[in-house]
Amino acid sequence: MQHTISVMVENEFGVLSRVASLFSGRGFNIDSLSVAPTNEEGLSRMTIVTRGDDKILEQINKQLNKLIDVLKVIDFTDGSGIEREMALIKVTAEDESRAEVLRVVDIFRAKIIDVTPKSYTIEATGNPLKIDAILDLLRPLGLKEVVRTGAVAIGRGAKGWKG
Amino acid sequence: MKMNGARIMLECLKKEGVDTVFGYPGGTVINIYDELFSFKEIRHILPRHEQAGTHAADGYARATGKVGVAIATSGPGATNTVTAIATAYMDSIPMVIVTGQVPTALIGNDAFQEVDIIGITRPCTKHSFLIRDVKDIATIMKKAFYIARTGRPGPVLVDFPKDIQVAMGEFSYPDSVDIRSYKPTVEGHPRQVEKACKMIMESRRPVLYVGGGVVLGDAAEQLTTLARNLGIPVTTTLMGLGSFPGDDQLSLGMLGMHGAYCANMAMTHSDLIIAVGSRFDDRVTGKLATFAPNAKIIHVDVDPTSIKKNVRVDLPIVGDVKDVLAQMIKVTDKEKVKVADFVASLSMWHEEISEWKGKHPISYKSSASIIKPQFVIQKLRELSDDDAIISTDVGQHQMWTAQFFQFNRPRTLLTSGGLGTMGYGLPAAMGAQAAYPGRQVITICGDGGVQMNIQEMATLVQNKLPVKIIILNNNFLGMVRQWQELFFDKRYSQTCMELPIDYIKLADAYGAKGFLATKPEEVESVIQQGFAVDGPVIMEFKIAREEKVLPMVPAGASLNEMVLNA
Repeated sequence: MQHTISVMVENEFGVLSRVASLFSGRGFNIDSLSVAPTNEEGLSRMTIVTRGDDKILEQINKQLNKLIDVLKVIDFTDGSGIEREMALIKVTAEDESRAEVLRVVDIFRAKIIDVTPKSYTIEATGNPLKIDAILDLLRPLGLKEVVRTGAVAIGRGAKGWKG
Repeated sequence: MKMNGARIMLECLKKEGVDTVFGYPGGTVINIYDELFSFKEIRHILPRHEQAGTHAADGYARATGKVGVAIATSGPGATNTVTAIATAYMDSIPMVIVTGQVPTALIGNDAFQEVDIIGITRPCTKHSFLIRDVKDIATIMKKAFYIARTGRPGPVLVDFPKDIQVAMGEFSYPDSVDIRSYKPTVEGHPRQVEKACKMIMESRRPVLYVGGGVVLGDAAEQLTTLARNLGIPVTTTLMGLGSFPGDDQLSLGMLGMHGAYCANMAMTHSDLIIAVGSRFDDRVTGKLATFAPNAKIIHVDVDPTSIKKNVRVDLPIVGDVKDVLAQMIKVTDKEKVKVADFVASLSMWHEEISEWKGKHPISYKSSASIIKPQFVIQKLRELSDDDAIISTDVGQHQMWTAQFFQFNRPRTLLTSGGLGTMGYGLPAAMGAQAAYPGRQVITICGDGGVQMNIQEMATLVQNKLPVKIIILNNNFLGMVRQWQELFFDKRYSQTCMELPIDYIKLADAYGAKGFLATKPEEVESVIQQGFAVDGPVIMEFKIAREEKVLPMVPAGASLNEMVLNA
């Protein structure tokens, strides 16, 4: 089963490679990974999308917590979080397909951020499943390049991650 | 007062109470050595190989419980420490390893003797630091020692670039350390402890299954008290030997692949396994699907990742084993009547166990014409001091030592259990002897492993470290040969060492003494002569070449499917 995990880490030298090598060294999968600093000085947040059964996820959780630089691990898979991902999509758009691309962009509330006579570049944001869906619709029209950020996630409700 | 970074490093070690370091000079640590020249508070021992120096720091740490310290230069000096770091990591040994690094401006340039040692050791260190400013040295060293010794201990590497060693700064050592992302749980949850005690009282076939955590956590006393108060039999892992007196009636000895029949049978038939500071390693559990099929499991460990990693656990208790065991003693002490009933109810279980003990005790066929290795180990036990420290290498002699040298005290066995590092025994003994100059330190080796770090003979002689080196010589890589005999149709591929070495001459060449026994009747006198020498000694025993370690649970088989005679 796929899990989305937030990992709060000290923004120390080598922290990304510690997390990444933990996954590779123990044979855990990473479907996507995104990292950036938070509003708190010295603290970064990683969002990792991974998969595995309950036993593997328990180990992932514990092993992450064991890393000295990891402050907190949150698993959002129980529906307690909201996930978003952004994609930049370069799609072939000539003749009759130009209008079709625009319709798809409109339906998904995406944006055109670059235009040429032969292509559109689209910015799409949403739940990762929504990104999958827009890509499915654009694929027959001719995908030239796709860049996805990987999911980021935040907890629902008024509480912050510290509770 | 301003001082250079190298001096600040030494001041930090002094503040941490370090009295002995093991290190090897080189281009990127030359400034540290220059400061050390006039720094008399720290004893420096120069090994003949960085791997051995780091193993010695590990042996020092295991014998004393303090953090072991090793120093190596950048590049090959640093990579030579890797096996020793991994050895310490697998057995959770507290160590700080300081490696020199090329100047910060050159890092990443493939400079002479540059290597990304932090990257190389990431999977086998508890944590690591690269010092990037002279101002940070003290804080980093404080954190390094704190991380190494707290929680589940482990090696911490500090990479120290040359330009920072030369840079000038003020020295002020922090009094305390606060790492918000590192707060190891030390106290076991009282409600979990109460539940555990209740489960114990309801059990009829309980076993305490005890690992290296009890040794590392200095909880042998608490374990012994609890086991004796409740009359629960105790089996230990290789790493746990010495945490419970091997001569106690309740002792089942070691369990697992080469464990005692009674220990493996007790585990298989138990209804409650109380795992304390042990981690259900594959050499202990055998085939997982048939491991302890009827037992509930209580697992006490300071490291949450050890719990439920290999086996299902009914009651986890995360905490320092000493604290949890002390709580358990307290809780059960309050219920004297219940405890008395419980102890009485175990008589059937004890009977069953003593039947197993009597049926297949750990034993060997003695011989009047050829030296049996087990006989040498028994004689060593008989003739050595009560508080002697024993280190081993890895292989058959290690298992014979575990089986026949009844360990009664914690921190008297130094052995590479997790990584299984050949070449560990001699340097580890060197570290222990440096810590305890007055105690008897004996390393028991095979002829394979001893040659992996034999150069340390020079260090022993130079530093007057009177380690007694026992070589059980069968001219084979015996453990692999045993597997080839049993599982590979006696195809002895590359396990015969062929060339006989004259270890007596070798000892002589290093300025040490050597004694040789080729017949059983010579064993005792060789040991006595060796022990009487006031310096390092090699005692070589030409042993039965094809002797096997038995019993044995073949890899992948269940614990109760032991090969008893082969």
